[in-house]
Amino acid sequence: MTTDLETWGMDTAHGTRLPPTLRVLRYHFYTYMRTWRSSLTTSFLAPVLYLAAMGVGLGSLINKHVGTVDHVRYLSFVAPGLLAASAMQVAASDSMYPVMAAIKWIRTYYAMLATPLRVLDVLLGHFAWVTVRLVLTAVTYLGVMAAFGTVHSPLALLAVPVGVLTGLAFSGVISAFAATQENDQGFATISRMGLIPLFLLSGTFFPLTQLPGWMHPVAYATPLYHGVDLCRMLVLGRVDWISAMWDAVYLVGLSALGLLLARRLFAKRLVV
Amino acid sequence: MQSHSPSSLAAPAHESPTGEEPVVSARGLAKHFDELVAVDSVDFDIAKGESFGFLGPNGAGKTSTMRMIACMSPKSAGTLRVLGMDPDTDGPAIRARIGLVPQEDTLDLQLTVLDNLMIYGRYFDLPKKVIRERAQRLLEFAELGERAADTVEPLSGGMKRRLTIARALISEPDLLILDEPTTGLDPQARHLLWDRLYRLKRQGVTLVITTHYMDEAEQLCDRLVVMDKGRIAALGSPAELIEQYSTREVLELRFHGGEAPVERLEGIADRAEVLPDRVLLYSSDGDRALEEVRARGIDPLNSLVRRSTLEDVFLSLTGRTLVD
Repeated sequence: MTTDLETWGMDTAHGTRLPPTLRVLRYHFYTYMRTWRSSLTTSFLAPVLYLAAMGVGLGSLINKHVGTVDHVRYLSFVAPGLLAASAMQVAASDSMYPVMAAIKWIRTYYAMLATPLRVLDVLLGHFAWVTVRLVLTAVTYLGVMAAFGTVHSPLALLAVPVGVLTGLAFSGVISAFAATQENDQGFATISRMGLIPLFLLSGTFFPLTQLPGWMHPVAYATPLYHGVDLCRMLVLGRVDWISAMWDAVYLVGLSALGLLLARRLFAKRLVV
Repeated sequence: MQSHSPSSLAAPAHESPTGEEPVVSARGLAKHFDELVAVDSVDFDIAKGESFGFLGPNGAGKTSTMRMIACMSPKSAGTLRVLGMDPDTDGPAIRARIGLVPQEDTLDLQLTVLDNLMIYGRYFDLPKKVIRERAQRLLEFAELGERAADTVEPLSGGMKRRLTIARALISEPDLLILDEPTTGLDPQARHLLWDRLYRLKRQGVTLVITTHYMDEAEQLCDRLVVMDKGRIAALGSPAELIEQYSTREVLELRFHGGEAPVERLEGIADRAEVLPDRVLLYSSDGDRALEEVRARGIDPLNSLVRRSTLEDVFLSLTGRTLVD
């Protein structure tokens, strides 16, 4: 066997055309392309099933016995909430096991950090990928919602960036948490104690006014409530701009905080 | 046991025959993890084209030193220059010219052999076409040409190791760092790997290798440091170290029931080491030492005269064996 390695040790000029963050993003695309079929099916089926079961099935009962919810039929009420809640779930699941795998199981981050990539590149590449996933999720949801006839305003297009923002607000802090973990047990706790209660109690399935009064501030303090609120206002075309602004400020603030926290904890974990 | 202050071992700076700046230069380099001192003020220079080894038992500080050179771990004290740059400020630029074979593989097991090279090359922002060309050559080199389209997971340990080395070479690095490249491999896989590393060495690639196998260090390294407890115990070529710290030959004796008549062996050799299972007598002439043992009426279960190795150097420097 002969090899032609005569250029060895020569100072090859390494191109730097693509920003490091995008090189990391490209890795995520690469691996995603191997599982996109199952993933795409899930992300398309989920909204169809949720809207059919919750919106049409449960919704027809509610419409028959209660009338409208928040002045619209139940399907229109629940759909934008489901969009925001799905964004949370996608962002959370992409920020738990994949981060743990890249640190402990497959050690992808260490492979990356042996190259010119830095911790910040790795982190921003991760968030860039979560953003791509969130855009796909939100667009799919919006498309299915349009097919179900629950889109009531052109402002609904803004539900896509709001869905992304809702997801990133979770992704930052959860990724930061994942970077501190030695195994995946903490993730089950996050789901049980955090995500599922939020999913059920943040105004996704019924207006907050149905909750006992003492729970209002609690629900109001959670990020999902703001995502649901903002999405619903936009999709129904009934925007109260003051509360919309507060929702947005909350989500942007939490996303930024999560990013800073994740940057700190990723560096602490990966560079020792 | 002889002791050297670390600074006297490497200073003045080791110059390559051409007088070029060393590829790696460390002075008083240290790494602390909270209370633990992993690397305790070490000095060394690695010249261009040299194959340089770090030999020592687990926990000697080899991997910590390696990770600092690879700009993956910040130093705690001292100075370190790699490829003429400062790892604290020029990490990405240095890593662009380094190939790292970490102790634990970081391959993507779900992806194919070729995809692992493609993705890694893309981290260096190499054009797809360039990576593809190089990947083909490197997979031939690593004897993985046939497996390019296979998933990594079912490959043997030796194949994964060779793939990791091929991957580290995708950027055509000036410096290849190998952290325990053959640990956990069977003898056949080790020899194939050694052959490949030897070829790279002949191509003029600067190699930095850590190992706790003395035969590996003797085979591959032009010069090496013996590390123990975070410090450099000795530095030199394998032959120099053996000459300086050991005798030419060693007489190994085993006794019935493992009970060695240590007092009666005194004075036969320059030095004796009593290990749990055998006694080592260091002498320039092993056969004469054995005659003397017999002449004293001592009857060992079996005896072996062999040349000194780096294992003996390590034993002489630290009083312990390398792999325990």
